[in-house]
Amino acid sequence: MIKAPEFAKISRIVPETPTVKTFYLEKELNGIPGQFVMLWLPGVDEKPFSVSQFGKQIAVSIQKKGKFTEKCFELKECDSIGVRGPFGKGFSIAGVKKAIVIGGGCGTAAVAGLPKMLKEQNIKFVSITGARTKEELFSQKNFQNFGELIECTDDGSFGKKGFVTEALKEMLAKEKFDCVMACGPEAMLLNVFKTCEANSTQCQLSLERFMKCGLGVCAQCVIDDQLVCKDGPVFNSEKMRKLSEFGKFARLKSGEKVELKEYYAWRQK
Amino acid sequence: MGNIINASLAGVELKTPTILASGFLGVNSGILKRAAECGAGAVTTKSIGFEKRDGHNNPTVFELEAGTGLINAVGLPTPGFRNMEEEWLELKECKVPVIASIFGASVQEFVEVAEFVAGKKPAMIELNISCPNSKSHGQLFGTSKEASFEVTSAVKNVIGKIPLMPKLSPQALNIAEIGKACEEAGADALCAINTLGPGMVINIEARKPVLHYKTGGLSGPAIKPIAVRCVWQLFESVKIPILGLGGITNGRDAVEIIQAGASAVGVGTAIHYNGIEAFGKINSELEDWMQANGFSSIEKLRGIAHD
Ligand SMILES: Cc1cc2nc3c(=O)[nH]c(=O)nc-3n(C[C@H](O)[C@H](O)[C@H](O)COP(=O)(O)O)c2cc1C
Ligand code: FES
Repeated sequence: MIKAPEFAKISRIVPETPTVKTFYLEKELNGIPGQFVMLWLPGVDEKPFSVSQFGKQIAVSIQKKGKFTEKCFELKECDSIGVRGPFGKGFSIAGVKKAIVIGGGCGTAAVAGLPKMLKEQNIKFVSITGARTKEELFSQKNFQNFGELIECTDDGSFGKKGFVTEALKEMLAKEKFDCVMACGPEAMLLNVFKTCEANSTQCQLSLERFMKCGLGVCAQCVIDDQLVCKDGPVFNSEKMRKLSEFGKFARLKSGEKVELKEYYAWRQK
Repeated sequence: MGNIINASLAGVELKTPTILASGFLGVNSGILKRAAECGAGAVTTKSIGFEKRDGHNNPTVFELEAGTGLINAVGLPTPGFRNMEEEWLELKECKVPVIASIFGASVQEFVEVAEFVAGKKPAMIELNISCPNSKSHGQLFGTSKEASFEVTSAVKNVIGKIPLMPKLSPQALNIAEIGKACEEAGADALCAINTLGPGMVINIEARKPVLHYKTGGLSGPAIKPIAVRCVWQLFESVKIPILGLGGITNGRDAVEIIQAGASAVGVGTAIHYNGIEAFGKINSELEDWMQANGFSSIEKLRGIAHD
């Protein structure tokens, strides 16, 4: 674990979609899929990103939205960036025998490390990823190399037409799974949660909130009484049921609680 | 008969002497209630200010090497005192006393925030006159005897019977004098200490200070000896009770600052090391120590290190 930010060289940058690039950093870090690191650009800002690959190098996929990520997109191979972490609780495979992995939009990055881990543990699974269009689907190899992948696009330009939740509903109607592990836009996660509840299937969802410390001390990331950076970002069904603010509210930098729509509009800046 | 770790601070009864420090967790009522369930005897809100403020950009907080603590320049973010109705409502259900921490850029701002917050009937009002991380707020007051007197008496005038507790800065040249000035101005208790600083950490590869604000306040184990000394000096100069904090992480730390003169103990950075369970841990270790050493109350332990 890195406490104070350390500088790491960017060994490789892979463009994934018009708005997503994967950065490989020369920093050995071990962790669990779902955990995140704080990335620091001196003089700009520091923000949390899920790690899609741990080990001798780490990989993070960054979607261009807002000032910080625009600056990240200006970085080149051999440039450096500050890293601390990994932080938070990742996905848990304890007791899981047959899973569905779901990634929506840039949330795909947060679950991209799961297929490898599930395969290594001999856990059966199927993956579903979704995006608005064909160009926005990414990370296919991380899923296909280890198991079956169903891809969905909102406009039908590739794979199944429609939301990932449609594919999820069909699968749960056909077969029994004991855990759904997902990350994506909160509206999607809300639907995944409702679908799982209706089908008496456990889920683990990776949530997102604006963060400051990443350490569980400042509560900037709080949802009800849970700290997304420390108690999460991955929450199980039991915890999700108690989160009254999930799918509804989030906090701005001042700590003010606002509706998700206002929060997302601010996050794009 | 009460438990041996019951405590009392300016007439506010506490089931346990450990109090959540301002700026830790105190963003909403949900998490404050969780701290109470985990053993906090009272909880303090994040400092509440006059107008909505975002605070500084990240990095705002990170951990220093080898268990010394944290450095932070969060920069007093606040929704603004008028913008928190829902939290106030929900805090009414909190099972332990709620201390409202406030700050302002001028005496007038402090007074307006205090008057409004007093209407919400918190158990106490804490005056943050000691934040090192903002140019125009806080520390300006806490390092001057005259300014501390002025803001304390002005706030005291508008909050009725609610106990008032200025929070002091370890940067004061003579903290005992500042404490005395606050007492004379009508303070009911003192809180010591806020973070120590400003300090700076440079990442030598980046060749840049790590905190976006460049400088920040230190908290945690490294500052405990300074906290203990400040509480000691205050205990010798004032009669009002003292909430001691700065690096309190385990039961022995709590015993130490109580022996220096604290009536209750603030807990902040320990939450980083031990989670919200830090309260329960400190409480039970404190109780065990008191039992093993024959102390039947916090009151009997308080200040015994003095001649
Ligand atoms: C991240 C962070 C935020 C803080 N915010 C505030 C604040 O808003 N108001 C305040 O009076 N003190 C604030 N403090 C100071 C703490 O309340 C406390 O006085 C200090 O950290 C020393 O105690 P500790 O060593 O137990 O953390 C903050 C400290 C930290 C580390
Ligand atoms: S970001 Fe500070 S507690 Fe989560």
